[in-house]
Amino acid sequence: MIDNILRALGDPALMAVVSLTLRVTGSALLIATALGVPIGALVGLSRFPGRRLVTLVLYTGMGLPPVVVGLVVYVLLSRSGPFGPLGWLFTPSAMVAAQTIIAFPLVAALTMSAVDGVDQDLRLQVRALGATRWQTGWTVLREARIGVTASIVAAFGGIISEVGAVMLVGGNIEGHTRVLTTAIVLSTRQGDFALAMALGLVLLLLALGANAALLQLQGRSR
Amino acid sequence: MRAARLRSLPCIVGIALAAQGVSARGLPSQAANQPSVLRLATTTSTADTGLLGALLPDFEKQCACRVDVIAVGTGQALELGRRGDVDVLLVHAPEQEAAFVAEGHAARRYDVMYNDFVIVGPGGDPAGVKSASTANEAFRRVAAAAAPFASRGDKSGTHTKELAIWKSAGTWPGAAGAAGPGWYLSIGQGMGESLTFANEKQAYALTDRATWLSMQARLPNLGLLFGGASIAANPDRDLRNQYGVIPLSQARHTSVNGPLAQRFANWLLAKPTQQRIAAFGRDRYGQSLFCADSDDDKSTGVVRVR
Repeated sequence: MIDNILRALGDPALMAVVSLTLRVTGSALLIATALGVPIGALVGLSRFPGRRLVTLVLYTGMGLPPVVVGLVVYVLLSRSGPFGPLGWLFTPSAMVAAQTIIAFPLVAALTMSAVDGVDQDLRLQVRALGATRWQTGWTVLREARIGVTASIVAAFGGIISEVGAVMLVGGNIEGHTRVLTTAIVLSTRQGDFALAMALGLVLLLLALGANAALLQLQGRSR
Repeated sequence: MRAARLRSLPCIVGIALAAQGVSARGLPSQAANQPSVLRLATTTSTADTGLLGALLPDFEKQCACRVDVIAVGTGQALELGRRGDVDVLLVHAPEQEAAFVAEGHAARRYDVMYNDFVIVGPGGDPAGVKSASTANEAFRRVAAAAAPFASRGDKSGTHTKELAIWKSAGTWPGAAGAAGPGWYLSIGQGMGESLTFANEKQAYALTDRATWLSMQARLPNLGLLFGGASIAANPDRDLRNQYGVIPLSQARHTSVNGPLAQRFANWLLAKPTQQRIAAFGRDRYGQSLFCADSDDDKSTGVVRVR
């Protein structure tokens, strides 16, 4: 097992694969967070007709199969599709787009429920002290920051481990759109289970490192 | 002073990220000149042989371009072609290729090279495939013995060939669409996975020789039972696996890089490339993995539908 791990680590292509994995997942997470936290907080704090429907849609979105998302994004980005002229298909841009779609419902829905769980009294208290709507919202969000961080962590876990979407819209092109999950599928397909497991270990270590960093950030803010 | 340095930090970070994003394929860098990209859709078994990795750098140097290889199943490769998402196809399914050309997505297909299929199975060979004289007979014996048989079941070139052999053997395990008898295991996956599966189940399977050779060491329960020790030694000409290259037509899909695709096809059929194809694999496997089509006869580009 050790020499398989060393074989995987010694492969010069591994650096490119790891780097692309982090870039694609990192970008998608960034966009999904920038969109998902405000929208989730807004839905969590407001009461409006159709709120239950929005909640239902977000919750269902959390269970979207990545391969289905990949298929839909593929058809949209295909040269014979509506967004073909963008030229994103089989490039990391398409992979970021697909993973953003997968990550967004996770961030939004879990932020929404975290915000919803904050004690109503806090909101009343802060309003009584003269806070504006924005200040109230920000205070509630800060109070719910553990749940919000958890939503980001959940989204990260969801997209760094998915393979269906990036395989379809990226094409697993060596040197350009190959990430850790698609590399694992390739090794498995070729029967090289040992290499596949070693790559899987690298992926887990990456996830471990990223989550440790996120926890650090959360800890410092307390 | 401090403010200026802080402002330049995002710039430095941005440049660092951009530099990291630049492709590191070793192409001669031309200032502000993006190398053009040729998108090649091929099958997973073709890509797995390593042939493209060995050949393509020569073409990339000649045309100062980059070839993106997208390896998928045969059906998916043809679909990518139908949508105009790639510029050229390299597949091995002559009937499907002919239909593809007839649909108008390309002007024509060209024969490039061929290798062969072999039948592998459990070492004990309960069905007696080893002593069969043709592939048809081998399949008939498997059906008669109701021995487990692993099928790709994914409309790939290999699967298409397998169905053709069952048809000519006259003992098709089940009507199209109906679930086959218990010994016929249609798993809908690629060649590598199918062989791994056959190894676990100790089942017979039809495979291309190249994948068999590259995976042999990891398939202890299987042995090559029918097909000879090399392409030349294969007793059944029906097991020939013909590869074709199809440059897509720009008339049908305007976003396709027609001229570059045609240039790629011409390069693939040129004598130096054909010689390299014919020699590929000798040092690693002790035998060539492919026969270049220019060996037997001049490549006429005639569609040979078997």
